[in-house]
Amino acid sequence: MKARVHVMLKDGVLDPQGEAVRAALGHMGFSGVEAVRQGKVIELDLAATDTAAAEAEVKAMCEKLLANTVIEKYTVEIA
Amino acid sequence: MKAAVITFPGSNCDRDLFDAFAKAGDEVVKVWHKETELPAGIDVIGIPGGFSFGDYLRCGAIASRSPIGQAVVDFAQRGGYVLGVCNGFQVLTEMGLLPGALMRNAGLKFISKPVALTVTTTDSAFTSGYGPGQEIVIPIAHAEGNYQIDAEGLKQLRGEDRVAFRYVENPNGATDDIAGVLSANRRVLGMMPHPERVVEPAQGGTDGAALFRALSSVMALA
Repeated sequence: MKARVHVMLKDGVLDPQGEAVRAALGHMGFSGVEAVRQGKVIELDLAATDTAAAEAEVKAMCEKLLANTVIEKYTVEIA
Repeated sequence: MKAAVITFPGSNCDRDLFDAFAKAGDEVVKVWHKETELPAGIDVIGIPGGFSFGDYLRCGAIASRSPIGQAVVDFAQRGGYVLGVCNGFQVLTEMGLLPGALMRNAGLKFISKPVALTVTTTDSAFTSGYGPGQEIVIPIAHAEGNYQIDAEGLKQLRGEDRVAFRYVENPNGATDDIAGVLSANRRVLGMMPHPERVVEPAQGGTDGAALFRALSSVMALA
């Protein structure tokens, strides 16, 4: 079973890297990019076979390590 | 006083921190991150600067969950003194021992230079050797020193006089010019500037020495 975790900065937290990417895109002639937010995708291969249990486990991983919930939010997809 | 300095893979200020404690007259021991217990009789833990675990995932995140990490958290929760400098500050926020988070500098660049700080509170074992509002010069060297905390958290820090140091000129975008913060019991200090890099004239400054001396003398009285 595979899990995919998306970690993004929370809304309202300034993202200097995303802002730099936005500015670079503008310099390159891609007009109309109003905002860029940069995050992370983390893929996990799990031995688990039960979807609900796997999702609960990965959420616990997010809370304890994969995301810093002071500044970041996350979503979990199980496939 | 007996100090322990933790070394993680990628720590690079552990020797400087060791020497700064030793110069203040402390007995110092080095502790490797794979240890699960601290040596007996430790009064203060130093978490050094550097790039623990290559700054993978988030700065300080992996170090904060390393085997010695839980021992550090337990020590702090029992009322032990902990000083985290630079990457050590990042580790302390990741451990949840200090509020807020350290994000990429607003200008995106790594900044390495001496900066002027004001001592915002002298009400702690770390800062009692300075005068109220005293201006000191201590070097910074970081890419992720932009201290962020929500409005509620900031209100609490200010209300409880827990901002230890502020930048005179904000180099990194930090909220409220914050360079260092104290825990609620005032025994855990995290700061981005490196006091251990200015403890003797040969280093180009001595403004950091008072921090280690004050800590050592408070311990001697305890």
